[in-house]
Amino acid sequence: MVENRPLATTLSHLVLVLGVIIVAFPVYVTFVASTHTAEEIVRNVPMPLVPGSNIVESYKLALLGGQTAYGSTIPPVAPMMVVSLVSALVIAIGKIAISLLSAFAVVYFRFPGRSLVFWMIFVTLMLPVEVRILPTYKIVSDLGMLNTYAGLTVPLIASATATFLFRQFFLTVPDELVEAARIDGAGPMRFFKDVLLPLSRTSIAALFVIQFIYGWNQYLWPLLVTTSEDMYPVVMGIKRMISGGDAATEWNAVMATAMLAMIPPALVVLLMQKQFVKGLVDTEK
Amino acid sequence: MTRKAFLLAALGAAAAISVAAPAHAQTEIVWWHSMSGQLGEWVNGLAKDFNGKQTQYKVTPVFKGTYPESFAAAIAAFRAGNAPHVLQVFEVGTASMMASKGAIKPVSEVMQMGGAKFDTSVYVPAVSGYYTAPNGQMLSLPFNSSTTVLHYNKDAFKAAGLDPEAPPKTWPELTLAAAKLKASGHKCPFTTSWQSWTQLESFSAWHNVEFATQRNGFNGLNTRLAVVTPLHIRHIENLANMAQQGLFVYKGRNNSADATFVSGECAMVTGSSALYGAVKRNSKFTGGISTLPYYPDVAGAPQNTVIGGASLWVMSGKKPDEYKGVAAFFKYLSDANVQAKSHQETGYLPITTAAFKLTEDSGFYKANPGTDVAVTQMIRKTTDKSRGIRLGNFVQIRTIIDEELEQVWAGKHSARDGLVALKKRSDEQLERFEKANK
Amino acid sequence: MTVEKRVRFKSWWLPWVLVAPQMAIVLVFFFWPAGQALFYSVLQQDAFGTSSEFVGLENFRTLFADETYIASFKTTAVFSLLVAGIGLLLSMMLAVMADRVVRGAAVYKTLLIWPYAVAPVVAGVLWLFMFAPSIGVVSYALRAAGIEWDHLLNGTHAMILIVLAAVWKQVSYNFLFFLAGLQSIPKSLVEAAAIDGAGPWRRFWTVQFPLLTPTTFFLLVINIVYAFFDTFAIVDAATSGGPGKDTAILVYKVYFDGFKAMDLGGSAAQSVVLMVIVIALTVIQFRYVEKKVNY
Repeated sequence: MVENRPLATTLSHLVLVLGVIIVAFPVYVTFVASTHTAEEIVRNVPMPLVPGSNIVESYKLALLGGQTAYGSTIPPVAPMMVVSLVSALVIAIGKIAISLLSAFAVVYFRFPGRSLVFWMIFVTLMLPVEVRILPTYKIVSDLGMLNTYAGLTVPLIASATATFLFRQFFLTVPDELVEAARIDGAGPMRFFKDVLLPLSRTSIAALFVIQFIYGWNQYLWPLLVTTSEDMYPVVMGIKRMISGGDAATEWNAVMATAMLAMIPPALVVLLMQKQFVKGLVDTEK
Repeated sequence: MTRKAFLLAALGAAAAISVAAPAHAQTEIVWWHSMSGQLGEWVNGLAKDFNGKQTQYKVTPVFKGTYPESFAAAIAAFRAGNAPHVLQVFEVGTASMMASKGAIKPVSEVMQMGGAKFDTSVYVPAVSGYYTAPNGQMLSLPFNSSTTVLHYNKDAFKAAGLDPEAPPKTWPELTLAAAKLKASGHKCPFTTSWQSWTQLESFSAWHNVEFATQRNGFNGLNTRLAVVTPLHIRHIENLANMAQQGLFVYKGRNNSADATFVSGECAMVTGSSALYGAVKRNSKFTGGISTLPYYPDVAGAPQNTVIGGASLWVMSGKKPDEYKGVAAFFKYLSDANVQAKSHQETGYLPITTAAFKLTEDSGFYKANPGTDVAVTQMIRKTTDKSRGIRLGNFVQIRTIIDEELEQVWAGKHSARDGLVALKKRSDEQLERFEKANK
Repeated sequence: MTVEKRVRFKSWWLPWVLVAPQMAIVLVFFFWPAGQALFYSVLQQDAFGTSSEFVGLENFRTLFADETYIASFKTTAVFSLLVAGIGLLLSMMLAVMADRVVRGAAVYKTLLIWPYAVAPVVAGVLWLFMFAPSIGVVSYALRAAGIEWDHLLNGTHAMILIVLAAVWKQVSYNFLFFLAGLQSIPKSLVEAAAIDGAGPWRRFWTVQFPLLTPTTFFLLVINIVYAFFDTFAIVDAATSGGPGKDTAILVYKVYFDGFKAMDLGGSAAQSVVLMVIVIALTVIQFRYVEKKVNY
């Protein structure tokens, strides 16, 4: 902070607290719901806002699986979390890697078809996944990638958000840096590795969080591509417990699983925090 | 013998044994379903039991999402050449499945391949009729069927001065009961789930009138809705008036109203008989079940109600050995004991009359009053108008009905205008289906 | 749209190698299936594809003859403007505030980003929970304040509900990028402005906001795409397009027709229309709005 202005700082805190309350409120509701029993959730109108006493039971059930109060067996969440973790990591890392390379090429080189390449990549944002999902499934099936990690992840790496963001960022990098690198006799890949990458740190961190969560929360694509229940990611597991039809949903188990499913993304956010620290970037410039 | 000769002989013997022994690989039958929670348990239990009783076939149930999701997944899989053997499809998808002739194998054909004599008379007519072609050929196996009933809150009745053991049987009676409930302070006397099913489709069959022409679509693709009649208009008008007076409170599409009944917020709900389980387990009050209300001045009422739920379809393109396995599994599912157990466990209807009798004889209905209401509504013989409904693009039509009825409940359209608009838009869908499947 | 960088590397083969991985995946897993999907728009087929017939532009004609489809253009425009506008404003404000405070920064940031981690599936259910006309906590509070909340029969309430649910998710996303953008602004620039006597508000407008424009442009495009394409899950969970058709945005109908009604031809035709609209909007943004962006 540049100077000390107590009033402005208090105002900032106030706004932030308000923002947090509004934004985090639904998450709080999830937590509270996971601490009651299913009957309590359904019977009390409206649902109480203070945590209940069933917290240990609900989480034990979600983590380890087992018989519920209604007599149904819940599969343990751990294997599904592993599938989700691997998928999310592959998607996040894969997307960032290829996008860095493409954005670098598009911004820093002049080659025929450069505009076309960028627009071809960019247009992947223009057609929602649900529309092309059936033909994509056929291709994945033809390639023999059904029910594999490859099938779960590779088709999802095809999108343009990361390339677009990196393009935006690279355009802001001062030309002097490129000149300096040239003078030092560095080739393009040296420049990329030693100058551009460190500068892009905050963007990479932000994108990693977003793409990890994107991969983590996939539902529709895994639903189509998996054929055995041991390849189900955790979000499918949650959906499976929410009975849309005639059976009674066991909300406490659902909410507990949802809370558990939120932990790895939250950890990723926490870990990436370090990359957002101001001043670190400053010293490079 | 020399070592080499001994080895060769051993190899030869092993080869001979492996060729001579019957190839005892189990034939796997893949079953995609949409049953979650305890119902998923039920499905897994059935598969496990069947697999345990014999070694030739292995049924593998796979949960593939909700009905629309598993349907979409099956379509994707079929187009890519790896569809499951058995697919659970909701009742509104029946016409779509039938129209995809190349994709399915009718159940009666499959059962004949299994060698067993397939006697369709053991099935409850109101249940199997829905899934049977006009020429009597059974296309899919009814699996989890429910029907429309009236659930009511016995405790709330008592508090309002109504007799908890005498639920309203007719719509006029229901209106009076709702008024009394409101007078006693109840904010939501009556609501409904699955409004198209309860208030129009099943309503029509219950009064022995057509919901759509051509015997509700059984007789031809040129069917059109038949809901702009004095009876239907009168009924929707009644409900609209009840809505204005606060006697009928709309609680959303599909079965979102169910939760309001279970929590005690609404005192009466017309919905699926399968709600019974949730009421018994989750509610603080004693719930009661009664038949769907009717208008006493309509000749022929009450007839029978229309089923909801899903059936099992068999996909085409599989090997004969696999079809034999499916036939064996379906035979197992139709067994009276298995049926009776399923019926009692889940609240779904038994699909054979033998299973119903078995359950009756075991005293189950006496011990759990109200659970036989759904069944007795269906055991009656069906007429041409009440056998069921078979409309193409039914998913879109149900949504159209939801949308138009919402306008009526909100007071934006009169009952007549709502039904006219609903018929016009639904007929467009039926026309498109007819054209696409000529 | 090609903003030129004055200094560049020269190599005739390296750029191709660099873009190759992404292009390969994009071609195989996007253009090929997308082409097929769009081809469906001129076909009429049964759900399983066992019979298909070429029908030219008939799917499109049926679409535009449907007055409810035309009405949903307006609904979508209102919805997208609200979602993009409110989403960007709110998150920028929160990011600027979070950038200023030193104490508790990590806590605020985590709590504000966390909602993005809630799976859409669960989020939809949560919002239903909270806003259910009688039992939801929020509707309870509203009723206590004298507002009869009923999104089941009141179109305006329904629209408010889905806008809130859509914005909620996006605020976290936007916040994250705005914050990253703010944090990469060199401290020295801000300090220099302060030394010159500029107060925080002035500093924001003269230093931070201009340097934030690349990020803002990125988020503007992404938010509009999000509002047009990714919000069907929220509508599906919260209102199903109701009451009547008051919240039936264009992409919801695409999803409904493609996934619930299994009308692949109709769904594909609608996607073509939707794609044309979004491409047009994006071209406009790149051509006119990007001029104002400072690189």
